Amino acid sequence: MNQTTSVSDPSPVEKYRNNFLKEVEANVEEGDWVKMCMQCGVCSGSCPLGSAWAHPPQELFMMIRAGQREEVLRSESMWMCTSCYSCVVRCPRELPIMHIMHGLANYANRLGLAPKMNPTKRFAKLFWDNIAATGRVNESRLSIKLYFMNGLVSGIKTAFAMRKVGLGMLKTHRLNLIGFFRAGGIKEKNQLQQMLNKAYEIEDKRKGLS
Amino acid sequence: MARKEYSFYPGCSSERNASASNYMVSVQSMCKTLDIKLNEIPDWNCCGASIGYADGGELPRHVMNARNIALSQKHNPGQDIVATCAACWLGTKESVERLSKSEQLLADTQNILADAGLKVDINKNTASGVRHMVEVLIEDFGYDELAAPVKKPLEGLKIAGYVGCQTNRPFGIDGESFENPKYLDKMVEVMGAEPADKYEQKVTCCGGALAFSEPEKSQAQIKEIVESAYDHNADMIVTPCPVCQMNVEVYQEQINKTYNKNFNMPVVYYSQLMAVAYGSSAKEAGLDGQIIRSKKLEEIAEAK
Ligand code: SF4
Ligand code: SF4
Ligand code: SF4
Repeated sequence: MNQTTSVSDPSPVEKYRNNFLKEVEANVEEGDWVKMCMQCGVCSGSCPLGSAWAHPPQELFMMIRAGQREEVLRSESMWMCTSCYSCVVRCPRELPIMHIMHGLANYANRLGLAPKMNPTKRFAKLFWDNIAATGRVNESRLSIKLYFMNGLVSGIKTAFAMRKVGLGMLKTHRLNLIGFFRAGGIKEKNQLQQMLNKAYEIEDKRKGLS
Repeated sequence: MARKEYSFYPGCSSERNASASNYMVSVQSMCKTLDIKLNEIPDWNCCGASIGYADGGELPRHVMNARNIALSQKHNPGQDIVATCAACWLGTKESVERLSKSEQLLADTQNILADAGLKVDINKNTASGVRHMVEVLIEDFGYDELAAPVKKPLEGLKIAGYVGCQTNRPFGIDGESFENPKYLDKMVEVMGAEPADKYEQKVTCCGGALAFSEPEKSQAQIKEIVESAYDHNADMIVTPCPVCQMNVEVYQEQINKTYNKNFNMPVVYYSQLMAVAYGSSAKEAGLDGQIIRSKKLEEIAEAK
């Protein structure tokens, strides 16, 4: 394993002072593609939840080049990505736009800059914790946690609004309440957790986040 | 020996009592008819799904997928990996692509796998060795062979083929266009039903995981998907994707309230159509798993 960074390395803020583009190229998944963007706007017209993006992908790329670090990393925009891959197959410059959006969201998240209350960010965390715990999705635990994501009162409201969906799923055996109490999951849970922890450690070190 | 054999990655949603358990039931019936043997990867783990990026990052996600590939190579050597869920398929396939492009990612991944006594050989299951079930049906069997076992053509049904995103993009099936893929329509035709061939919402995104976190925005999408099927006089929607199936089916009641509609459109899997056309009962085709039951399909299944 080649050690490219060590604990004494400066934080990304210092290391890339005044050069956000370089920081994105080094630390964001597929970030080295950003410079290839020719600002044609095809991607921005492709996002299904387009009207909810304060800064569509094309604009985010421009802002990265303009060094608008805070505005980009604190933005809710990339959290509106539905992973539909439309941009990826349409971009004339073949940028893996979706992965850059995911990469920006993940990076902002790890730096603690992602908008705290963004529902997709919060759901994504519930989801990841759910699979990391047992190696597989436990849908009943996930949906119960999801209902209560916004606190007790609104949780009960959500659960009430969703009760017909839940009942339908239960009746057709597509949701299992017993699963809420029994963890299930894979046999080698501990092994998988150790592997994931090590993966985090290595990745954080490489990005100077440890 | 079975006609074809694959290493099978079922994915979380297909597990017993999970949201796509009815998909699995119909896939098993369909495979029985076509003499396909699916060897489940022992102790497979979740692929991280599309939403895993936010907390998973890169390496942890690739490690999850690499563990599955390594287990597959160990226990089902020489077999292509087949997934029924688009997100599982993409996640696994993309990890292979990334690992083969980056020496550092690969070295890190091998280092981590080694702790568990595992090792992945990316030359053995290259990206083309990770496949979606629909790909297998069309490329390894072909429409003629899929038509051969049809016992009960689905006559009189008009079906809107909802392809969605991830079965279609970025890899696609059999070289078809991303904007107007026709394979679902062809499958509908091969099963004896009539496709809604100008179903313009066929590749509209349902919102994916954001159906949970941004319900209003996603339901606005789903409304278009269902409404267009009605405009084309479709009896039902068919899809290859468990997330599409769930999102388009289960929120119709809420959409009815919000938009003052009367939607009650069944949403079935391609494998359910095939199972019924091949002579399976409604139960064997998993039709009892639909929240909005497809009476017309059930009638064909129960007819002698
Ligand atoms: S489609 Fe590609 S080139 Fe055009 S603006 Fe988007 S990223 Fe840039
Ligand atoms: S994948 Fe994400 S960024 Fe690309 S078009 Fe879809 S929503 Fe927009
Ligand atoms: S339409 Fe929805 S479920 Fe289907 S692939 Fe797209 S995001 Fe996934």
